[in-house]
Amino acid sequence: MFLIGIVTEGTVIGVAHDHAIEAEGLVKEFGETLAVDDVSFAVPRGTVLGLLGPNGAGKTTTVRMMTTLTKPTRGTARVAGHDVLADPAAVRRSMGLTGQSATVDELLTGRENIWLIGSLYGIDARAVGRIADDLLERFSLADAGDRIVKTYSGGMRRRLDLAVSLVATPPVLFLDEPTTGLDPRSRLELWDVLRELVREGTTLLLTTQYLEEADHLADNIVVIDHGRVIAEGTPIELKDASGRAALVVTVSRSEDLQRAADLMVSIVPDHHIDESARRITAQGEGLADVTRLAAAFEDSGIDLDDLGLQRPSLDDVFLHLTGHRAEDPSTPRDDEDVA
Amino acid sequence: MSTPTTSAQQGTGRRDAHIERPEIRRTSLLRQSLVITRRNLIHIRRMPEMLLDVTIQPVMFVLLFAFVFGGSIAVGGSPAGYREWLMAGIMGQTIAFASFIVAVGLTADIDKGIVDRLRSLPINPAAVLVGRSISSLLHSSIGVVIMSLTGLAVGWRIREGVLDAMLAYALLLSWGFAMIWVGILVGSAMRSVEAVNGLMFATMFPITFLADTFAPTEAMPGVLRTVAEWNPLSSLVQAVRELWGNDVPVGPDAALPLQHPVLSTLIWVALITAVTAPLALRAFARRTAD
Repeated sequence: MFLIGIVTEGTVIGVAHDHAIEAEGLVKEFGETLAVDDVSFAVPRGTVLGLLGPNGAGKTTTVRMMTTLTKPTRGTARVAGHDVLADPAAVRRSMGLTGQSATVDELLTGRENIWLIGSLYGIDARAVGRIADDLLERFSLADAGDRIVKTYSGGMRRRLDLAVSLVATPPVLFLDEPTTGLDPRSRLELWDVLRELVREGTTLLLTTQYLEEADHLADNIVVIDHGRVIAEGTPIELKDASGRAALVVTVSRSEDLQRAADLMVSIVPDHHIDESARRITAQGEGLADVTRLAAAFEDSGIDLDDLGLQRPSLDDVFLHLTGHRAEDPSTPRDDEDVA
Repeated sequence: MSTPTTSAQQGTGRRDAHIERPEIRRTSLLRQSLVITRRNLIHIRRMPEMLLDVTIQPVMFVLLFAFVFGGSIAVGGSPAGYREWLMAGIMGQTIAFASFIVAVGLTADIDKGIVDRLRSLPINPAAVLVGRSISSLLHSSIGVVIMSLTGLAVGWRIREGVLDAMLAYALLLSWGFAMIWVGILVGSAMRSVEAVNGLMFATMFPITFLADTFAPTEAMPGVLRTVAEWNPLSSLVQAVRELWGNDVPVGPDAALPLQHPVLSTLIWVALITAVTAPLALRAFARRTAD
């Protein structure tokens, strides 16, 4: 009866809110250290949640609790409707995990890595063979499939790591800093693959320190710092919350700078001149200001390099929320993630 | 693993229906362990130098002791007698180093996140340890075979019955089983392969020498002799020697375990396992779960 009760409850919640992942008051203490402090969020099915925070914010520990690798001190989480405490085995069948460092086996070939995890899932040998072909093809590793992983580049390892997590086509995928250490091109490639997975219906939770990554991939963002959720919302909501958009005008010749500023006063009263960048920044109301400014400059004879509306970046958001930059290496890391 | 697993139950609602999943069958602990064993054996195939510890190294020991020290260690009155006597000792040392092999492999897997990846799968967590243990025992067994061949080449012979000889090999394997737990304990407690190497060299070499492995205990000074004769490894080595018919009868003043080496070996194996297994499992759980 107990088991049925949990399954039913999980299913009801899953359908009612259609959440593939739910964290409920997750707390993790390591001795005296509070690594994760009352973290709650929900991820609608088929969407991407970005768990954003600096090193040591508690992202990895949160993911480890949700993937049954470590038990929460308090609180719980559900993955695909299964409770991580009540039915960890069902959670493990429903999700794939790609850890922080590429956890593929260096001495095995790419194909053997897929075979290893597929066999352990309990997929029969012939099916694993077919799946390996598909995955290697899809992740552009077909030619490298029979080479040992030691010879792979960082990007190839990451792609294989992700491929291995997909052996059993889990509906929920956890990615812990999937692009850390990748060059920009490999990162873009991986983003494409992730978007495709989401199009096919996979629910994704990814942790990242890169604001850009969360901005590109995530439908919703949870910002976490010192183990606590400090903000959440869509990327646009978070940007709106931390200030209005700025009008930015860059003139081609610095001698035009003062004339341009005088011209702008009639439209937007407050502005700031940055001489070295030949740039004038002003608080704008929206796109209407851009149109009016563009019309004014068209008749002025001042050549412009750029004119536009600049929303605050997520980096600005993070600064606004925490008082420190997300990727600042000097950020104190007193609560380092336990890897 | 109490819930049945079929692909139909993977999703929690019809919205998952379009994600096609392969059929996931429930597998036994044994099957899972064998998959991991096979993976570990592929490692050995890719890096045959992993076998140096059970091939070149013990063969060198046989040759060194048989021909360099052998002349100065009188056993059974002749160098040939010492060579025969020595074989059981080197076998005992080789099988004791099984703990080393387990510890190094386990630490490397924990360190590289492989253990985490395996623990995130719907398998019995014990499969990681069982698979590691089976492959390490196979690894050590290769050593025992190579040593036997080397022994035959330098004049060692089995002089008792087939059953006794088999029992001797079985005792060696049971010793390897006890050593696995020591290896899991050390592997879970140490943070790096280098640390494992350092600790194991510092402890295993003295322990395997302070026994009746390479030199008879009779000639050792009083306290040292007592320690050596109570060394669990001495019981194993003496038991194997007797079963192979390579022994020189121990003196009536030898410590109690050496008077009944087969029985005391079994007791030692049970005792070591009973003490280290719970500690090892706890250390492994603690190391991997946080």
